[in-house]
Amino acid sequence: MTEQKPPILRVENICKILGGKEILKSVSLSLNKGELKVLIGPSGAGKSTLLQCINFLIPPDKGHVWLEGVEVQSRRKRDLYAFRQQVGMIFQDFNLFDHLNALENVSIALRKVKKIRRPEARDRAVAELERVGLGDKKYLYPAELSGGQKQRVSIARALAMDPKIMLLDEPTSALDPELIGEVLSVIRDLAQGGMTMILATHQIGFTRSLADEVLFMENGIIIEQGAPEELLSPDACTRSRDFCSRLNELYAENE
Amino acid sequence: MLEALAAVLEALPYLLKGALATSGIVIGAMGFGLVLGIHMAVGQVFGNRIVRWFIGLYVWFFRGVPVLVLLFLFYFGLFALIGLNLSAFAASTLVLGMATAAYQSQIFRGAILSLPQGQLQAARALGMSDIKAIINIILPQALRFSIPGWSNEYSIILKDSALAFVLGTSEIMARSHFVASRTYHYLPLYITAGFLYFILTWLGVRALLKLEAKVRIPGYSQ
Repeated sequence: MTEQKPPILRVENICKILGGKEILKSVSLSLNKGELKVLIGPSGAGKSTLLQCINFLIPPDKGHVWLEGVEVQSRRKRDLYAFRQQVGMIFQDFNLFDHLNALENVSIALRKVKKIRRPEARDRAVAELERVGLGDKKYLYPAELSGGQKQRVSIARALAMDPKIMLLDEPTSALDPELIGEVLSVIRDLAQGGMTMILATHQIGFTRSLADEVLFMENGIIIEQGAPEELLSPDACTRSRDFCSRLNELYAENE
Repeated sequence: MLEALAAVLEALPYLLKGALATSGIVIGAMGFGLVLGIHMAVGQVFGNRIVRWFIGLYVWFFRGVPVLVLLFLFYFGLFALIGLNLSAFAASTLVLGMATAAYQSQIFRGAILSLPQGQLQAARALGMSDIKAIINIILPQALRFSIPGWSNEYSIILKDSALAFVLGTSEIMARSHFVASRTYHYLPLYITAGFLYFILTWLGVRALLKLEAKVRIPGYSQ
């Protein structure tokens, strides 16, 4: 498991108290280039907060983050913005910019953050939209897209920034069942293309087939971690296995 | 009856010049209020405690004091005190501008708060500073949603501008009153004044409705 070169992302001892409740209790993890780690666990376990603490959308109370061996100085605005550009974030409810069409959603950060000129930003945005299968939807506005399409636009928006890693916060949880597949297939392509990702999800089948490692979170800590076949195999007596089999009973599909 | 009509017709060019002055006051005040109001709204939503406190105080003062009192207070009092020598027209425009800024800031603040929080998060996650996110993501949407409230504010300020009369600004009301008191055709001239305000309100509200339709985000039902 452990390789010699430094991990692309290292997160250490992240703590967060929100509203008097300890949401994260000293969480650490690290990610090598090209790895896909999947965060699973019940709602309220702190998965979402953890992902948002990693790129400081929620400032952690304690803890450190290193990208490619360099610690992120989140108090220095310039460093923080530069770091966030390299970390793509996908949200459960898409968070597209409602006043911009798909193309502009993807190109706006290229223009305003990376200072790429309009024609080049446009070309790049078109390419990213085509990559997620939305080449023909580029002039539609978020309110004119389905949930699955919105999430794919948001993935294109993140990819256009050339992120070194991606954080995906339950990207399919807000979708109708028949729309989950199109988003998962985009994520599968990314994983197979070597994108480094942390994915919080309840899609157990997907996790089993693609995850390099499963991190099971509960009450603000990672209580189990390991390869999916160790943690999730039918004869494993783990908390993760137990949780997943209950999820499977609930949905009775996914396999 | 004919005599009254003749008096109105004769006074009309003079009154229309007053309408021009009224338009100048309203456009100036609304423009001033727009620029100041946007900054105040952003400051009130995103600023630190001190900024929020000052803006809150400003809003509380200008919403709490009648426009007529404000006009007297500034024109005869504060402006004179600080040696600011403004014409009645400029002073009325500025005072109305400061007053409408307080109201407009609350229109914009409401619109900003009504936006889904996630869009700001998404903008930050892409590496945008808060200023960039506000300029490129928050305000373009908040300002769109503010148009109906802004149109309302326009119609109020237009009518408040008649108070500039008391400072001696030569606008619709002042000119109507002047002609009426010389010709004794009070009723026809005040009806004309009212009609001019009505026309200006209608034109402005209509223009803003057109603007609203023009900048409407596709896919939003309406």
